[in-house]
Amino acid sequence: MKIRIKFKKTGSMKFIGHLDVMRYFQKVNRRAGVDIAYSGGFSPHQLMSFASPLGLGLTSEGEYLDMELLSSESSENMIERMNAVMAEGMEIISFLKLPEHTKTAMSVVVAADYLLTPEKALWEDWKETAEHFFAQKVIWVRKKTKKSEKEVDIRPLVYRWHFDGQSLFLTLASGSADNLKPELLLEAFFQYAGKVYEPCSFSIHRLELYAREEESGRLIPLSDFGEKIL
Amino acid sequence: MASQGKNHPDHSRGTEHPSGKYKRKLALSDQALLRVEKPARYIGGEINAVMKDPDEVDVRFAMCFPDVYEIGMSHLGIQILYDMFNRREDVWCERVYSPWLDMDRLLREEKIPLFTLESQAPVKEMDFLGITIQYEMCYTNILQILDLSGIPLFSSERGEESPIVIGGGPCAYNPEPIAEFFDLFYIGEGETVYYDLIDLYQKTQAAGEGRQAFLEQAAEIPGIYVPAFYEVEYHEDGTLKAMRPNNPHAPEKVVKQLVVDMKETFYPEKPLVPYLKATQDRVVLEIQRGCIRGCRFCQAGMVYRPVRERDLEELKQYAVKLLENTGHDEISLSSLSSSDYTHLKELVSFLIEKFGEKDVNISLPSLRIDAFSLDVMSRVQDVKKSSLTFAPEAGSQRMRNVINKGLTEEEILSGAAEAFRGGWNKVKLYFMLGLPTEAEEDIEGIAALANRVAGVYYEVVPKEARQGRVQVNSSTSFFIPKPFTPLQWASMFTKEEYLDKARKVNDAMKRQLNHKSLRYNWHEADVSVLEGVLARGDRRVSRVILEAYRLGCLYDSWSECFDNDKWMAAFEAAGLEIDFYNLRERSLEELLPWDFIDTGVTKEFLKREWKRAMEGVVTPNCRVSCQGCGVRKFGGGVCFEDQD
Repeated sequence: MKIRIKFKKTGSMKFIGHLDVMRYFQKVNRRAGVDIAYSGGFSPHQLMSFASPLGLGLTSEGEYLDMELLSSESSENMIERMNAVMAEGMEIISFLKLPEHTKTAMSVVVAADYLLTPEKALWEDWKETAEHFFAQKVIWVRKKTKKSEKEVDIRPLVYRWHFDGQSLFLTLASGSADNLKPELLLEAFFQYAGKVYEPCSFSIHRLELYAREEESGRLIPLSDFGEKIL
Repeated sequence: MASQGKNHPDHSRGTEHPSGKYKRKLALSDQALLRVEKPARYIGGEINAVMKDPDEVDVRFAMCFPDVYEIGMSHLGIQILYDMFNRREDVWCERVYSPWLDMDRLLREEKIPLFTLESQAPVKEMDFLGITIQYEMCYTNILQILDLSGIPLFSSERGEESPIVIGGGPCAYNPEPIAEFFDLFYIGEGETVYYDLIDLYQKTQAAGEGRQAFLEQAAEIPGIYVPAFYEVEYHEDGTLKAMRPNNPHAPEKVVKQLVVDMKETFYPEKPLVPYLKATQDRVVLEIQRGCIRGCRFCQAGMVYRPVRERDLEELKQYAVKLLENTGHDEISLSSLSSSDYTHLKELVSFLIEKFGEKDVNISLPSLRIDAFSLDVMSRVQDVKKSSLTFAPEAGSQRMRNVINKGLTEEEILSGAAEAFRGGWNKVKLYFMLGLPTEAEEDIEGIAALANRVAGVYYEVVPKEARQGRVQVNSSTSFFIPKPFTPLQWASMFTKEEYLDKARKVNDAMKRQLNHKSLRYNWHEADVSVLEGVLARGDRRVSRVILEAYRLGCLYDSWSECFDNDKWMAAFEAAGLEIDFYNLRERSLEELLPWDFIDTGVTKEFLKREWKRAMEGVVTPNCRVSCQGCGVRKFGGGVCFEDQD
């Protein structure tokens, strides 16, 4: 059966890279006795896939992992068993059964919510600057890839934004088609304001990952696809 | 004393997070951590890491492996001691590893003192800094640890506020080249007198006694060596004249400590599981200590005598618990020679039966290749992808007799034949060059043996069953005489001579009939020369190590870091000659810098074995007949097997 778990990654766990998080979960499954399916062959691996790798240094309360299980207890029990063997800073928040033929989280994710909080107070009228910044029709940035650098308009990749106290809430394109990293947006914003963006001057927290509903075009959280096992 | 192991309550269980209000804060800012290559090396918090409230413990112990995190985390000894210390409620043992070059730079630039992983507190605030010393080429890393911690490099310069710096591990069997950097050395296995040492520390602290009083009383604990309490004198020719205690508390001889009964000891049931992929990313099950074989070049085989086996039923239980508690998908048996473990068959069958279906890999290093081991291996690994390893160690039978490597050519060839029939077509062969009495034919014998192994493939595997060409990969290291081995008196060679030997092997490989199936590689010669000096050096060598560190040497066991020119400059500056340490065949009468240690194996036995080596006479192993090496005095292990 297909299972989708949602988990938090906070505290010092933000320094654990994506590949290590994968290995971490393989061991969690073994410690918790999760009845996960394995691929065949002489070096079998657990059948699991992550929705979207989280950059080093970012925290999240909306990470997703799909797994293929052979059997499962109730969602509640499974969450308890897994959390009993978790490291501090990692926590399972939901455990849902997906209908057969559900596409993998990785293949459907299109957007992510982020909360960006400056470590130190920004300039006085920064909110006003932000209003102007987001009011632009186009926002050109230089995007570096492995091979080249190109100019990209990132404005269409910002789906939603608003202030949340002294923080900035953003919904950004995320996934294999379009992808905008929050750091890149911050860089562009600082440049617009005539300032220099210092890496790590914001805490960046991912809140949720979304797929797009085909008919309505609405964004729906990845956890909406599954159901609790009672 | 060792019996404390079983009686002490297991406080490590369920205490990963302290119940109190104590919350740690990382020593480094996010910004700093994100500037380095792998920040996960420096944050601790791994599965099964032990957290305690600093206000609720008496003694803080920083346990250090002076190499990068991924290497240090793979070491079983540290896991054993970490568990042992943390079973005590009054002690908090934490870990520290060598910061990688990027972090080294950052700590110096930002003037941040080196910190432990668990509490993230400065190492210099600990009561003890224990450093395990597994190989000579980590000596500059020891200085880095002290330096970055803000602890004076020399024991003599440390005051009351500095932690007590302890050395242990195999290199402590000749501690002299690094003696002056340590306050004390623990000679032998850590499970025996560490609790006594901690108790003593608490007693002296409570009584308001200082460092000197502690060290003096520590020197009276068996196995503890306090270098400052010994004076060294040299002859005019540079050899050692005398080494004697200059403090009434220090014994003439320091006796190695060992666990006599392996049932009465600690084993960590919840070993640490790193996030980063460690070199050894698996459960390690130690099945026995010591080795019965008596290879004359092998230090471990001498200093860990006598062989002591762990109990089969206990090992089965450990295997289950360890896999459960770590979530590892591989278990590896650890010992110097697994084939000699009496219950190997039962243990391996148990593991295969219990875990074979659960996608757990079973790895069996240091196995003799025979029908049994091939059968086991074919059941636990992919024959097509894996390669078989033989360690003939020398190319000719005469040379193997000299080093007492009891493996005959016939055994190698029939093992290879069996393996090829079983489907293997990759073989690795390990050899040493530069052994005492080595001649041309011994050197060329390496290529000849590799050729014959390849030839066996074409003999026993019919054309239609062959999966391409057989691959025989030979590699040679340069022999380095180690203290407390029968070859400890042997002379070494110059770098040029070593390279010449390697070249001869390489040329001989090309002349072989099956040369297309043969591959050959050899170790760095300059590192071996240096390792030779550090292995058999005296106290004066510390000047070279210090100088090399000051010139920037670090991570010398990493080929990308090793800088031979700097080391040569360090010798020059310190006024010491490499040749004195390496190119001299020591006389059997010479006082050796490590002679003050009693490993149980007597110098008489070593001399006897040296003479037999020179005559090319093989000595049977401990189970065949006792050679009276001296370790029977410890009262356990293989020496008493028949008396059971």
